[in-house]
Amino acid sequence: MLGMNHLLAVAGTFAVMAAGAVILPDWAMFLIVMALAKGLVCLGIVGMMRGGLVSFGQGLYYCAGAYTATLFANSFGITDIFLLCIVSAVVCLAIGGLFGPLLAGYRGIFFAMLSLALSMVLYGSLSKLSVIGGTDGLNIAAPTFLGWEPEGRALQSGLYLFVSALVVAAGAVMWRYFHSEQGLIALAARDNELRVEYLGASVRKAMTLNYVFGAVLGGLGGTIAALALGHVDPEFAFWTTSGEFVFVAILAGYLSVPAVFVAAIILELVRSFSNLYFPNTWQLALGVFLLAVIVALPGGLGSLVDRRRKREGAQ
Amino acid sequence: MDLFATIFVDGLIYAAWLFIVSVGLTLVFGVLNILNIAHGSLYAIGAYTSASMVGAYFGVGGDAFPWGSYVALIAAAILVALVMGPLLERGLLRFFYGRDEVLNVLVTYAVFLILEDAMKLIWGVNPYYVYEPYTLLGDVELGSLFYVGYDFAVIAIAIVVGLAVWMSLNRTRTGKVVLAVIHDPEMSRTMGVNVPRIYLGAFVAGAFLAALGGAVTAPMISVQPGLGVNVIIVAFAVVIIGGLGSIPGAAIGALMVGISRAASVHLLPEAELFIIYFVMAIVLMFRPEGLFAKTQARKI
Repeated sequence: MLGMNHLLAVAGTFAVMAAGAVILPDWAMFLIVMALAKGLVCLGIVGMMRGGLVSFGQGLYYCAGAYTATLFANSFGITDIFLLCIVSAVVCLAIGGLFGPLLAGYRGIFFAMLSLALSMVLYGSLSKLSVIGGTDGLNIAAPTFLGWEPEGRALQSGLYLFVSALVVAAGAVMWRYFHSEQGLIALAARDNELRVEYLGASVRKAMTLNYVFGAVLGGLGGTIAALALGHVDPEFAFWTTSGEFVFVAILAGYLSVPAVFVAAIILELVRSFSNLYFPNTWQLALGVFLLAVIVALPGGLGSLVDRRRKREGAQ
Repeated sequence: MDLFATIFVDGLIYAAWLFIVSVGLTLVFGVLNILNIAHGSLYAIGAYTSASMVGAYFGVGGDAFPWGSYVALIAAAILVALVMGPLLERGLLRFFYGRDEVLNVLVTYAVFLILEDAMKLIWGVNPYYVYEPYTLLGDVELGSLFYVGYDFAVIAIAIVVGLAVWMSLNRTRTGKVVLAVIHDPEMSRTMGVNVPRIYLGAFVAGAFLAALGGAVTAPMISVQPGLGVNVIIVAFAVVIIGGLGSIPGAAIGALMVGISRAASVHLLPEAELFIIYFVMAIVLMFRPEGLFAKTQARKI
């Protein structure tokens, strides 16, 4: 379990983030909600990256979660955010449980491309399904919180606090998982899969588990994004959306959990400001940024913290 | 019966187009071991360049001899290959040889993002139309159906491209050297092969094929931003189905995807996008490395 220090760190992180609900302006709060929602998806990719796999199709779960929440909300008139998150997580768990064992046998480029194909299958189907909005997508009503029905600023703050709590909880769970025996097997498989197999551990099981975690996190992220935007469309599953998630995961690196959310916020900030100042060259900026990260910081932001920690350890 | 014939002909035309855009991708992967997302951008740049050049050709009085626009199409593809090929390969990709395949996908993804916006800066966001070359070949009557002659020209180009690539790899001295480099770059280097030059040549050839695909397509569509995004993802499906690096594989993959898409368009239009990736997912489930991939031993 998490030790006392870790629990304090978790509580402290949440307290700092919660303060944002009071001091942040509306636009910043929305930006951070979206960034954290996407950060959840990227945390899933980072989990897979620890095992040496990169999914280019995490949009599949982002989109599946968003549509599940929207369809559930619209069909049954349910707006409670807790319930919607649970439903999306369960649906994505089921999809991940179905595809996980199938995909766990693939490595490298084939894993990336097959996961991409699956997300594009969803994109293609949703775009053509006019019953659920086709390419226009669907609207979803504002969320309620266990009977509390806020509006305006209170709604923003409520959503922000909910996401912060979710991110801290998911981060703690994933951190715990990464450092568990099962999580470390994935990390060892990254270095040498065959050796891990000879030592008696199942690499396939580790990869499946990583994938399923990624599916659930993707679904949660999609649900939050749908509720924050009030709208979902098939673009959620398009490959460029997944490409952005991979970008964040690369920027963050696989060594640190908080780095994922920092990276997600950096990307959202860069996007907002480039949209404002260079509306036609935002992708160009992103591309240059991505190249710079690959060349200058191959281990991601997390490696900065890790390097410092190692240096202190050496002293 | 007519329906099946229609599906077959439509599928063949689409497959020919698919083959032209994917064969360069598989060639570059085979030699450089890089799955090049920017292949889609090269395709789009080819389409834009040819639209500009064909437009310019008719602008300076090309109406007198409209067939010259075909020369402009091919010249556009050559120009793109000669400018963009060395720029990308020498300027960027060569620093990433031997690195992780997935990392290289990300590098080319970055290039793709950069080129997407660069194209908007050069050509703007308004569509270009160059329909003249498309109508020049007239119509072809097949049974009770009419097809545009240009579509059959695309099939002919695909066959020529396929044969040319296959022949130059298997029937020429340079081709054999390229095969040796694919098999073992290190050993080839010790035997005196100038490996960087082979890499450059293969990448320029791949860029030419991408740009040719774009140039050939430009007269059939309105050339506008976002062309590359969809093309690359379909081309991926084709080369993955066929097995990365395999040229016959790209041909079979293009035929499978082309015919299934045509069947879907006529029988179940809702599934048009779905079917391409569905075929790819099914093939990968049973043949994890694609249909024609060489089996490789696991390295310890």
